[in-house]
Amino acid sequence: MASSDIATRASRLPASGWLETLLVSLGIRGRTLVIAIPFLWLLLFFFVPFLIVLWVSTSFVVIAQPPYTHACPDGGTFCLNISESFGRLFDDALYIKAYLNSLQVAALSTVVCLLIGYPMAYGMARCSHSTRNILLMLIILPFWTSFLIRVYAWIGLLKNNGLINEFLIWLNVIDTPINMMNTNFAVYVGIVYSYLPFMILPLYANLEKMDISLLEAATDLGCKPIKAFFLITVPLSFPGIVAGSMLVFIPAVGEYVIPELLGGPSSLMIGRVLVNEFFSNRDWPTASAVAVAILLALVVPLMIYQKYQDKELEKES
Amino acid sequence: MNRLSWVVIVWMIAVFAFLYAPIVSVVVYSFNDSKLVTVWGGFTLDRWYIALWNDRQIIDAAKLSLLIAAISSTLATILGIIAGYVLVRFPKFLGRTAFSGMVNAPLVMPEVITGLSMLLLFIMLQPVIGGRGLITVVIAHVTFTLSYIAVVMRSRFLTLDLSLEEAAQDLGAKPLKVFFVITLPIVLPAIVSGWLLGFTISLDDLVITAFTNGPGTTTLPQVVFSKVRLGLDPKINALATIIIGIVSIGVVFAIVHMRSAERRRQMDEQMAIRAIAKA
Repeated sequence: MASSDIATRASRLPASGWLETLLVSLGIRGRTLVIAIPFLWLLLFFFVPFLIVLWVSTSFVVIAQPPYTHACPDGGTFCLNISESFGRLFDDALYIKAYLNSLQVAALSTVVCLLIGYPMAYGMARCSHSTRNILLMLIILPFWTSFLIRVYAWIGLLKNNGLINEFLIWLNVIDTPINMMNTNFAVYVGIVYSYLPFMILPLYANLEKMDISLLEAATDLGCKPIKAFFLITVPLSFPGIVAGSMLVFIPAVGEYVIPELLGGPSSLMIGRVLVNEFFSNRDWPTASAVAVAILLALVVPLMIYQKYQDKELEKES
Repeated sequence: MNRLSWVVIVWMIAVFAFLYAPIVSVVVYSFNDSKLVTVWGGFTLDRWYIALWNDRQIIDAAKLSLLIAAISSTLATILGIIAGYVLVRFPKFLGRTAFSGMVNAPLVMPEVITGLSMLLLFIMLQPVIGGRGLITVVIAHVTFTLSYIAVVMRSRFLTLDLSLEEAAQDLGAKPLKVFFVITLPIVLPAIVSGWLLGFTISLDDLVITAFTNGPGTTTLPQVVFSKVRLGLDPKINALATIIIGIVSIGVVFAIVHMRSAERRRQMDEQMAIRAIAKA
């Protein structure tokens, strides 16, 4: 049943009741009220804050509480300051480097997650029904344990005297420990590890629903399984690929905890820059300008993600 | 159904090993009788658990985090049920696209951005809501957990059979009564899992909390983060083991419950088939 059908049927249900009568007499329909509660909450606490970020990104730094002002440096009461906070993002190579590095880390991590996650989701979707549910639980389980602790676990594995190095030395594969902690490699491992379930779940949801008879038809007509996989399975699972990729890429761009704990000073990411500007330098206008810059990079991915979510809503039954 | 090739099976085992090896290592080293986390110094059952219990800072932060998670998740569940209901039952209203965007976006929005933007709002609202503290943290947590709960509720409402609600309406129940007496009890399992999801997400949040809290409200993830930054700490391993233990028990219960529900359903189906066959 499409969601529009449900709505039509639901709308046919008669509307009455004393509360509703009261509200209608006040000019408010119950429906409006129901929509308004979550709508206004999200508007006030999720959307309006972005406008404030935009507002603060055009202000001047002052030593005051709060440390930003729109008063002009020359004494006027109101000035917009776009050149300083945004200008600095272009003048200082640090920002551009961190920005590009974040996009690169997020993109590459997304690709790695897809390469690891696709065969995984494919295998899960081809298991028997009861096995599927258990495997699904096993994928979701780490997500329910603390994110911070899962990142922490990697410190113990990646350190110079950590488990991986100890194991490799014990195997006589290496003599001296490989330096993995505080490198970009550790950041990649951390991001892929933390976000892998977000890639696997939409892929699995998509592959599970796929019509097997299409593959059988292809095989009957003499198509080799590998060819059928790339000609039929992969194109049909495209929406799942897009959804999983967005779920990994978008949050990974602004990731702070993973580069902070696993990365070194050289693994510069834009989320870290934002936090440093805000908390250490108390430069709120620049921190806000960085946030605006991150959002600009994410507008298109966010729209793709939103479109997919709407389509799913239409398609699901 | 075609059989899985062994390559895929080996791949799946490898991925599960990748997902679980770090978690297992944390648990194992919580029983390590050495201050150096990665050097094995013999087995101890309780050394780090006692040390954890005696660490006032961690225990106080844990209590506060549990309180914040309980309040936030309860409020977010109420809002999330309504949001999920609106998304499924009201396909056309002014601002629907904006609404669905605002429900979906917090799921993927980088936390540093959500945190910064909320903090700037709270600074502006300071005359109304006062300084930062428990209230601002709860508002922030409600806002981003409500999205997760709304998504859970949305998929539940999508698969909900309308005929029961229609029957109740036909028998003269008012819409609000139908919602509370028929709809809510049917979707109760989804509400419980939504609440639990919101609870764990709130309990786990570091970045948004760091932006929105005040000096008196240091939560568990913040304490853990500041300790972890200084290096490995066996007490954190003990804490992690406790969390993992609780979650695993919960999941095993869920699997057992699902299994028995499935079996009941199959038995019902068989009985129905037999009844039809007799007739």
